[in-house]
Amino acid sequence: MANGLIERTAKDVVLTAQDYTLFAYRSVMNAFHPPRYWTDFLIQSNIIGVGSTTIVLLSGFFTGGVLALQSAATLSEFGASAVTGRFVSLTMIRELGPVLTGIMVAGRNASSMASELGSMVVTEQIDAMRALGVDPMRKLVTPRLFACITMLFFLTILADAFGIFGGAFVTVFMNHQNGTQYFSQAWEHLRYPDIIQGLVKPLVSGFIIASVGCFYGMRTTGGTEGVGRSTIDAVVFSSVIIIFADFLLTQVLLTLMPPL
Amino acid sequence: MTETPASAQSTQPLAGEAPAAPADAAPVVAFRNVSIAFDGPLVLDDISFSIAPDETRILLGPAGVGKSVLLKLINGLLRPDRGSIRLFGEEITTMREEQLFPLRTRTGMVFQEGALFDSLSVRDNVAYQLIQERVPDEEIDARVHQALTFVELDNTFGFYPASLSGGMKRRVAIARALIRQPELILYDSPTGGLDPVTSTTIIELVMKERDVYRTPSILVTHRLQDAFTLCTHRFDPELGRMTLLPKGETDANTTFLMLEEGRLIFDGSLHELVHSDNKFVREFLE
Repeated sequence: MANGLIERTAKDVVLTAQDYTLFAYRSVMNAFHPPRYWTDFLIQSNIIGVGSTTIVLLSGFFTGGVLALQSAATLSEFGASAVTGRFVSLTMIRELGPVLTGIMVAGRNASSMASELGSMVVTEQIDAMRALGVDPMRKLVTPRLFACITMLFFLTILADAFGIFGGAFVTVFMNHQNGTQYFSQAWEHLRYPDIIQGLVKPLVSGFIIASVGCFYGMRTTGGTEGVGRSTIDAVVFSSVIIIFADFLLTQVLLTLMPPL
Repeated sequence: MTETPASAQSTQPLAGEAPAAPADAAPVVAFRNVSIAFDGPLVLDDISFSIAPDETRILLGPAGVGKSVLLKLINGLLRPDRGSIRLFGEEITTMREEQLFPLRTRTGMVFQEGALFDSLSVRDNVAYQLIQERVPDEEIDARVHQALTFVELDNTFGFYPASLSGGMKRRVAIARALIRQPELILYDSPTGGLDPVTSTTIIELVMKERDVYRTPSILVTHRLQDAFTLCTHRFDPELGRMTLLPKGETDANTTFLMLEEGRLIFDGSLHELVHSDNKFVREFLE
């Protein structure tokens, strides 16, 4: 009985992985053949990009502030509190900016994609779309995927910038240190590999958020309860996969562009 | 929102009346030994039937017997495990999804609950296909007004589905299915869950489409009353309402199919249906 359960679970995992791979492949390849739904791309860019700006800016700002608070306390023990700016900027740009933005946007948008598409599935709107001769993958999934990738790239830049500002705010107004020194430290020790690392990650995270969100939405079954399940799965899996992908990417990018 | 009887308003057609198809014309839909299952026993088992041009087929059967599944097989929304399905003469079981889209645009489908896009207005719902085809806005507006007039809901042009009653949603769904003058219409329980007055309004629209345009169709229902009304009435364009056929007469092009536990147990006319010896048919009719 236990063997049967393990076998069924293993099969489910493999089948889900296979379905997800095919789903993601199709949603990317649709971009290379007409019809392309540019209006939907712009609408989704507005929903994902503009709609997520506030939460990304706030989380970026306060994360930078917390980093400055924590690091200044530790660094001052070694008489190195002057390097707070360097610490905050490198941490925000290389790691926390991309990951936090990815997780914030996953919480907001992977859930909305899964619930919106899931509701459309259970109310037969997806079937209606297919019956009207429109491919839901092209019309609903591909625009969300590319909008999410594009917007996460810019949102991460904003999160990085506001994280550095948050660190500056704490450094100047709470730790009473020199602001010019903070910004010069933040700027001088920044190298291109750091920026490349910070800007490659959101591209991958954007892909994960939209593909996982849409995947779970489109395979919803079981009515409104199923929509709830899909939404939870979409947020949980996209968040975990973002962190896992961040780990892999960091390892790969550090190998390709080793620190000096 | 209250329902308005179909007869109370205009009966302006979407286009000129369609000519009758030749008697020996190829079937619009042909099923041959079709079976399908979903992780369990067969939902449909060895189904064979066809829909001729001009023909309206009424698919009867209790709930959960596979009627909606059969309808979704017709335009390729589902794929059979076995058998052959020909739509407009083309074998669709081996087609890729992209190849099916042009064929689907030639069919109209009315879903069980309407399946209107709730984020779009009635105008955008009805015009969905035309918008995708980038038809000019003026032409879209004119055709949407025409389609909504056909279902007697022109006043809902700018409404959203959430503000419509169940019956109105079905009528908007019918307008959406008819706007491109399809060559086949699939009605999935269009009267399910509606009150008798609204159901009659919907059946009158189905009849109007049948008798004015002679579009072949298949209608899924478990309501015998709707099925018999379609057989025993015709739509009179001059009166703008349905009228009872003379006693003993039925619409020759309206025939029946009946499913029981996934198998097709009846295929024939109303006369044959009411005189059938099949035990399940008898029980269903009684």
